[in-house]
Amino acid sequence: MLTSLAQAVYLIAAILFVLSLAGLSKQETARRGNLYGMAGMGLALLATVALAADRSQRPVAVTLLLIAMALTLGAVVGTARARRVEMTQMPEMIAVLHSFVGLAAVLVGYNSYLTEAPDALHLVEVFLGVLIGAVTFTGSVVAFLKLSARMKSAPLMLPGRNALNLGALVASAGLLAWFLASPSLLPLVLMTVVALALGWHLVASIGGGDMPVVVSMLNSYSGWAAAAAGFMLSNDLLIVVGALVGSSGAILSFIMCTAMNRSFVSVILGGFGAEGGTVAAVDRDYGEHREVSAGEVAEMLREARSVVIAPGYGMAVAKAQYPVADLVAKLRAQGTDVRFAVHPVAGRLPGHMNVLLAEAKVPYDIVLEMDEINDDFGDVDVVLVIGANDTVNPAALDDPSSPIAGMPVLEVWKAKQVVVFKRSMATGYAGVQNPLFFRENTAMLFGDAKDQVEQIVAPLAVG
Amino acid sequence: MRIGVPREQRPGERLVAATPRTVAKLRDLGYEVVVERDAGAAATFTDEAYEAAGARVADREEVLASDVVTAVHLPSDVGAMRAGATLVATMAPFADPDLPARLAAHGVTALALDAVPRISRAQALDVLSTLSNVAGYRAVIEAAEEFGGMFTGQVTAAGKTPPANVFVIGAGVAGLAALGTASSLGAQVRAFDVRPEVGEQIESMGATFVQAEGASQEVSTDGYARELTAEQERLTAQMYAEQTAWANVVVTTALVRGQAPRTITKEMVAAMAPGSVIVDLAASGGGNCELTVPGERVVSDNGVVVLGWTDLPSRMPQHTSQLFGTNVVHLLALLTPGKDGELVLDLDDPVQRGMTVTTGGDVTWPPPPVAVSAAPAATPAAPVETPEELAAKKAAAQAAAQRRQRRNGVLAGLGAVLTAVALTAAPASFLSHATVFALAVVVGYYVISNVSHSLHTPLMATTNAISGIILVGALLQIGHESWVVSTLAFVAATVAAINIFGGFLVAFRMIHMFRKEA
Repeated sequence: MLTSLAQAVYLIAAILFVLSLAGLSKQETARRGNLYGMAGMGLALLATVALAADRSQRPVAVTLLLIAMALTLGAVVGTARARRVEMTQMPEMIAVLHSFVGLAAVLVGYNSYLTEAPDALHLVEVFLGVLIGAVTFTGSVVAFLKLSARMKSAPLMLPGRNALNLGALVASAGLLAWFLASPSLLPLVLMTVVALALGWHLVASIGGGDMPVVVSMLNSYSGWAAAAAGFMLSNDLLIVVGALVGSSGAILSFIMCTAMNRSFVSVILGGFGAEGGTVAAVDRDYGEHREVSAGEVAEMLREARSVVIAPGYGMAVAKAQYPVADLVAKLRAQGTDVRFAVHPVAGRLPGHMNVLLAEAKVPYDIVLEMDEINDDFGDVDVVLVIGANDTVNPAALDDPSSPIAGMPVLEVWKAKQVVVFKRSMATGYAGVQNPLFFRENTAMLFGDAKDQVEQIVAPLAVG
Repeated sequence: MRIGVPREQRPGERLVAATPRTVAKLRDLGYEVVVERDAGAAATFTDEAYEAAGARVADREEVLASDVVTAVHLPSDVGAMRAGATLVATMAPFADPDLPARLAAHGVTALALDAVPRISRAQALDVLSTLSNVAGYRAVIEAAEEFGGMFTGQVTAAGKTPPANVFVIGAGVAGLAALGTASSLGAQVRAFDVRPEVGEQIESMGATFVQAEGASQEVSTDGYARELTAEQERLTAQMYAEQTAWANVVVTTALVRGQAPRTITKEMVAAMAPGSVIVDLAASGGGNCELTVPGERVVSDNGVVVLGWTDLPSRMPQHTSQLFGTNVVHLLALLTPGKDGELVLDLDDPVQRGMTVTTGGDVTWPPPPVAVSAAPAATPAAPVETPEELAAKKAAAQAAAQRRQRRNGVLAGLGAVLTAVALTAAPASFLSHATVFALAVVVGYYVISNVSHSLHTPLMATTNAISGIILVGALLQIGHESWVVSTLAFVAATVAAINIFGGFLVAFRMIHMFRKEA
């Protein structure tokens, strides 16, 4: 009776999750989508707690106490983290959260092995669940370390890295055979170690430029881990939700790979820029760049009729979104047409820029995607490139030897004047020099993006 | 070091090589600046304005005795310069083979502003671009004055007037400026250039690109147009005849290395409507139109006005001088790496080498060629494909697509059969799980396919929170009798709970920030 009721509640929860994801694909319904998700989760947890109490092999009170403690602890830590986190650190935050799912999947897998009868099918399910969970766990940890700059973002280039990955999978398959032949903890533990190493290596060998895809891919993995847990626990809710998250994460990664003109497989297998052999021909003579001052930029903006701002990770680092929003408000007040051009992989997370701009209260209908604005650059008077580099690199289009060749980029150089805000002449995440900086209609404004934008806003406010 | 700015001596020349604003920038580079009395008078820059900008006003002798002399045109009294001094001016070294030797005899280092190599980096000092740009603009203004109608079409209570038809030949800097100006005045503009790669630029300025079938050249390697072959010439001439007959205003800008090819014949002019205007920007090279007389206004027998003005930039002295002066500032910035007022000529730099006519007493002209394409380099001349080849290719592609489709179909079928066999062997409970799983994958795929890009991050935070559903598994294990299992489950439940609360909350925060303008 209780089991059936719980199943019914699970069904409702599953539908709410589907509605949640559907709602999140549009601005207008996003809020509702998030609420559906919360409601679904609430229902699922209620039903589960009831089931857990019912099935408890210990005094019910002890079990409930343990559950209450786990949930409270999780709620306190999770809420505190979520409240404190800066919007600019969102990528790291999400990577960390993914690693938790991976870890939980590993632990649940072990438990499932310890608690249930070892029939072959169940053993396979346990094995796969732990494998995916472990890969997700270390992969997310590495992604977190890279995103928070605690680890070098350059891809780790071990010799024969594809062979290593393949070897890890083959070894896991061998361990699976052993595990099936004589179920014991040893092969399971060995496989866990191999999978942890595999997850680490997979993400370590992916360069920082591809991190948005990696985060989305790990999201997908965490879903598959949950689905695998559902199979071993015979829990349909876990299967449904895991599959939902897994397939949506995969399609999201795929969308992003298409946006970067990168093959999905090669991103997953790692090694950005490795195909061309050399990473960057730094010694080439690109000519000279021209510098401008904040005052001159203010003057340009005062006279411009159409302005486009192309933000990148640098804006996030400098936390310049507020002064930028202020600048936009000032310019719009004087009748200038201001728009934002956001590259699909600007920032370190898909949609990163949109989140930051939304935080600063920039109306989202002037924030345009690359495809919406790329044809309009010819009519634009001034483009402000704030902390973006690889996403505005003309070499992607006209230098076939460039490591980013073929990646669609914002064609800002077609505008009458481009101003690039940059800390120095150093290269971007991809380690590629940017010929844009040396174009005759490009001027460089060096310094902290936030300070510089504030200095531009000041004279505009007076005039 | 001292920079001298003499007054231009050519009759009617109103330009000056430095304006009060550029003087200030030259001083920023560390130079002292002397300006000849009344040098900027014709361009409405007073001596007082120069003094206010930090220059000293002096007589010609002192100006020419400076370390660096910068002028618009080569001064006739170069001999008054000191040996070893540097002269920066336009001097048409292509046209006058004796010039380098004459300059070398005076011992000056001569930098020809009109010999800047056409590479991107040198754009900032290319006065030819500057002058052409101004000339192109002015050409349309001159034509508008001569033309007896409005450029823009109008529909009024008193009836309607058609827009003027403007045809621009040659889409270099001058041509592009002309066609841009004409279209912003409201005219219907067509333009032609022998270089097919500029078609895009023409269209970007709002004009229609006219092509002569089969007469297009390959992409040029040095940014300049080349002369045409006989067959190309015949086809092009035919197209010129058609377009000039259509046009009310023709602007010709075709110059190949200082020489003006004949593009508009007497017959073409005769076929134009009375009152039409031809502005020949190539008049200095002899003119593209057969009737052009350099520096003169000519009216043909059928009432077509042919303007051969050679002083168009000088007709807008204020802005032209400012732009010219800025080119000079950019050059001196390049020549003054230390910003200390000390001029250093680096002959290893192709830009500086390309414009150096003499150094001291030595002739360094002509410079080695600089071959840098103005167009992206990676566009090899694609072999022209015949229709049969194209058709064959298309058929091959179709066949390949069909084969691929068939193969995919077979593979999918095979996969389905294998899966079915495998599932038949599996226990019933697994089957129902597999069904749920497969359906959920498909639902997830479709639900997410249309996600708006800006929502990727909140979406990911939410899916991440949702994947914390693994908590369900952990909770069910927490009540197990074994403490090991309970402990593991407790840890799993805790981290999963962090994930759920954290994920939903950040998604909630982010989504709340999105707003549409009220």
